Amino acid sequence: MKDAFGLSAIYWIVHRELKLTMRRKSDAITPLLFFVIVTSLFPLSVGTDVEMLRRIAPGVLWVTALLATMLSLPRLFEQDYADGTLEQLALSPAPLSAMVVGKVVAYWLMTGLPLALLAPLLALQFYLPTTSILILATTLLIGTPVLALIGSIGASLTLGLRGGGVLVALLVLPLYVPVLIFGTGAVDAAASGLGATANVSLLTAMLLVAGFFSPMATTAALRIALE
Amino acid sequence: MLEVSNLDCVRGERHLFHDVSFLLRSGEGLLITGENGSGKTSLLRMLVGLTPPFAGTINWKTRLIKHLGAEYRRELLYCGHPLGLKDSLSATENLQSIASLVNEPVELSVVQDALERIGLQGSAHMPVRALSQGQKRRVSLARLFLSRRTLWVLDEPLTALDTKASQHVAQAVDRHLDDGGIAVITTHQDMALASPLQTMRIGA
Repeated sequence: MKDAFGLSAIYWIVHRELKLTMRRKSDAITPLLFFVIVTSLFPLSVGTDVEMLRRIAPGVLWVTALLATMLSLPRLFEQDYADGTLEQLALSPAPLSAMVVGKVVAYWLMTGLPLALLAPLLALQFYLPTTSILILATTLLIGTPVLALIGSIGASLTLGLRGGGVLVALLVLPLYVPVLIFGTGAVDAAASGLGATANVSLLTAMLLVAGFFSPMATTAALRIALE
Repeated sequence: MLEVSNLDCVRGERHLFHDVSFLLRSGEGLLITGENGSGKTSLLRMLVGLTPPFAGTINWKTRLIKHLGAEYRRELLYCGHPLGLKDSLSATENLQSIASLVNEPVELSVVQDALERIGLQGSAHMPVRALSQGQKRRVSLARLFLSRRTLWVLDEPLTALDTKASQHVAQAVDRHLDDGGIAVITTHQDMALASPLQTMRIGA
């Protein structure tokens, strides 16, 4: 009964968030456009040296995806906090951590997932071979939820602060480094014949650890922000 | 039964109130008055469990609310200063989504009925953004007609409401108390209530 209650809370939060996003489409489209434009600037500025483009492609796509995720991070809890929805959620009998999970899932569905799906298309500009493109998309698919989970901790800690947006970046970017290293490393490892399995496994492990701890940390930070 | 004893509130350096105690049994209500900044909202936020009290205890049915957790929140309805409405959703969507989130999903007809009772039938499908302050307040207060919670905690429910809507709210509170509910309300206006309420003034 208790579990089913938590699950239904997650479902309703995701449902509500997606509905809200449909009403304000620009919020969801901005990070995607940022991703498309910035990655396209590299081939234009660096030139058409195929070897060079191939070498920088995983890094460029990953760093841009990471920045695009961070672009909308301050908004994760801000509006709910300002209009009082967050305190109503905190006072609901459903566990607040379930609500947090729902918010992060919805956030990933609206930013991380589209980014990972767009990446293969953008990778074509960098002359990446098909296998590398597939590996890149896989790592983004596993890595972007980790970014969202870690980001939610930063967003909740800076809730209600002035200049919270910049602070989120300072808090969260160092924590993104391991994800970035193993995400970009996968493509190189595969190209050099080592295989990408180790990197993908490590990313998956990070996802599991973040998925377990991040909602707890976020919930605690939200409760403090609501005091 | 809500029992509050020796509650202290300190915000930063300021001591807002000291030694607040009261006891509310089934069917009883409390009206809290006080100047702006005297700590009325802080007191209510302590009662609902958002802010931990600086000192003192809050018991619901003889158990500390901090220990009750979800069991307490299941019986609690809080209307705060921020209304808890999403600007881009309509009144009915807002109320339905709040109800589903607290695991008490309601039919559209029930929501429309509640909105009608608070005098909002015409604007039920407009985004809340397009409503006036008073109308938004009414949407938020329509929750009073939707829930079966025992304890109502209302922070300035009459702000921005016209006379007629204020009467609707007062009637709702009366009915709630008649049904054996408990209500804690802060207000600056006179509430035309039929039931006798305890009153308390906080602050200097």
